[in-house]
Amino acid sequence: MAIDILMPALSPTMETGTLASWNLAVGDAVRSGDVIAEIETDKATMEVEAVDDGILAVILVEAGAENVAVGTPIARLAEDGEAVEDVASAPAAAAAPAPAPVPAAAVEAPPAGAAPSASVAPAQAPAKAPATAAPRLFASPLARRIAGDNNVDLAALAGSGPHGRILRRDVEAAMASPSTVAVAAAPVATASAPASPGASSLEPNSQMRKIIAQRLQESKANAPHFYLTVDCEIDTLLAARKVMNDQSPDDVKISVNDLVIRAAAMALVKVPKANASWEGDNTRYFHHADIAMAVAVDGGLVTPVIWAAEQKGLADIAATSRDLATRARDGTLAPEEFAGGSFTISNLGMFGIREFAAVINPPQGAILAVGAGEQRPVVRDGELAVATVMTVTLSADHRVVDGAVGAEWLQAFKGYIEAPVTMLL
Amino acid sequence: MASETNFDLIVVGGGPGGYVAAIRAAQLKMKVALVEREHLGGICLNWGCIPTKALLRAAELRHSIDEMKEFGITISGEVSIDLPAVVKRSRNVASRLSTGVAHLLKKNKVTVFDDLATLGKSVSGRREVKLASGGVLSAKNVILATGARARALPGIEADGKTILTYREAMVPETMPKSLVIIGSGAIGSEFASFYLDMGVEVTLIEAMDRILPVEDAEISDFVQKAFTKRGMKIITGARLAGLDKVSGGVTARFEGDLAPVTADRAILAVGITGNTEKLGLDGTKIKVDRGHIVTDQWGATGEPGVYAIGDVTGPPWLAHKASHEGIICVEKMAGEKDVHAIGEGAVPGCTYCRPQVASVGMTESAAKEAGYDIRVGRFPMLANGKAIALGDDQGLIKTIFDKKTGELLGAHMVGPEVTELIQGYAVARTLEATEAELMQTIFPHPTLSEAMHESVLDAYGRAIHF
Repeated sequence: MAIDILMPALSPTMETGTLASWNLAVGDAVRSGDVIAEIETDKATMEVEAVDDGILAVILVEAGAENVAVGTPIARLAEDGEAVEDVASAPAAAAAPAPAPVPAAAVEAPPAGAAPSASVAPAQAPAKAPATAAPRLFASPLARRIAGDNNVDLAALAGSGPHGRILRRDVEAAMASPSTVAVAAAPVATASAPASPGASSLEPNSQMRKIIAQRLQESKANAPHFYLTVDCEIDTLLAARKVMNDQSPDDVKISVNDLVIRAAAMALVKVPKANASWEGDNTRYFHHADIAMAVAVDGGLVTPVIWAAEQKGLADIAATSRDLATRARDGTLAPEEFAGGSFTISNLGMFGIREFAAVINPPQGAILAVGAGEQRPVVRDGELAVATVMTVTLSADHRVVDGAVGAEWLQAFKGYIEAPVTMLL
Repeated sequence: MASETNFDLIVVGGGPGGYVAAIRAAQLKMKVALVEREHLGGICLNWGCIPTKALLRAAELRHSIDEMKEFGITISGEVSIDLPAVVKRSRNVASRLSTGVAHLLKKNKVTVFDDLATLGKSVSGRREVKLASGGVLSAKNVILATGARARALPGIEADGKTILTYREAMVPETMPKSLVIIGSGAIGSEFASFYLDMGVEVTLIEAMDRILPVEDAEISDFVQKAFTKRGMKIITGARLAGLDKVSGGVTARFEGDLAPVTADRAILAVGITGNTEKLGLDGTKIKVDRGHIVTDQWGATGEPGVYAIGDVTGPPWLAHKASHEGIICVEKMAGEKDVHAIGEGAVPGCTYCRPQVASVGMTESAAKEAGYDIRVGRFPMLANGKAIALGDDQGLIKTIFDKKTGELLGAHMVGPEVTELIQGYAVARTLEATEAELMQTIFPHPTLSEAMHESVLDAYGRAIHF
């Protein structure tokens, strides 16, 4: 019988791929293990090996075809003794003209109506089970352990050991190339054992996740985001903070983030056009800098609000932000404490993030993404010097905040941060 | 002989590297010739591994007679050793296996030439190999597997009568009363153990600060104590200044203040050197460094189509390393998939002295030097039921793990039958097992191998029986 060669899934998440090239021509003999084609995914180009022996009878998907769904028949082999012409011309159910993108597992399922008789059922069942289950991931115990310790996704690796087994060196090579690491670094519900390719599990979405999903989707879909990035030198700010903390009582310690909140609040007062929200026929201008701060909590994030932050001193901001963050993580915030606000600050500096762009927290008009303060080379008067630099990115809703307004706001913010004494006014 | 002269592969040397490479090549459909100047099976089979094991078995049996009483068995009458018969059995074992190799080669349709080969020129992509008898063979590829021989010391001539190499030491006509052995590596230590068991006064000399210097220091120390207890004299840190033939024997002189040692005979066991001479390497791109041919991990030399494997390419000088190199060299040549170079620390080493020594991977000090934070497990054979029942409970199994990843960095064993046990740890290392898989493996009771399990458990503070 003719054997269909199906578009393989080269990674558990692959749905479609580009058939880059055929290594064989019609009429060529194929042996199991021969490289017959090359397939490109968004990640890499990989070789497709033949699983069966035979003669390449017909190529169903030509080289260069894009978005070929996993499971689509791409070629057909004639088995020994079969006439290549017969196989090439024979209509096969699997090679229907417009192959819908069918998940690989469905292709393996027995055809509907093929009710197994009692006598064949036992023979079929064990043969079918491994075919529909996710393929076993071959990796050495040491490779699994090192991958687990370093958040390396084994399923994304190609093994260099016998029969493609993933060895320690493959994991170490992956760790050395940053692109493959940290796929799993985001909080995952069930971590620990590295999954085999294609394996997955369903977790019901919490109410919080649903709200995050709905609001952020709405934001990205409706608010035309644009992004402005600026570097702020913070050596003066750090020195000022040290002086303040040295003078202040022990229970009040001002963090860099508190100073950022204060500076943002002052900048919103100075550039009130940036403190706005799009409401269709109207634009709402906020009278206070009601600053929401993004706090990561188990399973999501919340944005408790420091109301009228421009009216609060640094000690007050420090105490309030610490109280809100603590209670956010404990899950003891009252609903009104994390609803609303006119502007949000998201700070990932503590994770060493240099800079990033955040999604606006609707219906607000802007959000400030704050990176880590780190020592970097800067040029001053034509001389190279070292300064502690913090990069911030403003994401603004262009419906209410134009580029010039955003830039003006960032300039004001940078001014307060770099000359912190001015934000005490 | 009007036989065929054109081949896909010519293997020069029929030792454990060469004949294994030839058979593997034949399996991969190559047309193969093998040129051997003396005996199929090489040194290993004829003058090394195998005949020494036959001798050591005789020594072991002799030793076990002394232990019979402890087991409740009395032997009346005198126990005597028929040395010619002991040696003859050893030779018979070697020749039986050599015949076996000839059969294997024939079965695999390898053409064997009993001849001396020299590398010839390359003619349009084919390499010529000249035979001493006059013929010229040619092949696409040539593997040099010519092995190695005992290294000589400058100014010392091994005459084969009072100053011996392993070759004469293996076929003694009479037993000396006393013997001095220079070098305490595997070869020196095995002969020391054999002659000691045969009732000879043995002095073992080592230039380094301990015997079996490539082994873990704790294992060296263990063997040294066991040898000393049996009456062997061991002098470490002794750099030989000369070996002088004196009337009725030989005197070893040392640098520094060490007193000279006189004995009936001496055995030189100070390492080996590759057989690279008269191979026709001059004027080729093949590099020879300190007596050994330089190759890459697949055996390729600087000369296209010429490969080298086994002892001629350098240490460790072990038959199983040569065989494995032969296989991967040929598979790579044939374009096989899934060919893997020999990994770091993948070659196990065995010494068949009494007590036996076996190891794989890094020693404790090597692991520390490499910067690993380690966990070390130890388990003594005297806590192993099977060893006690055998009446052979002197031994130690030591395992070394990377604290961070649980990788088995090395395993070091001394004691009964440990040479048969080390493969377990070698498999674990090849499979990249961690301590968890070794702990989860069920080791059968009662066996010596339980001590391997316990050593792993001990590395994590979980040993049950000690």
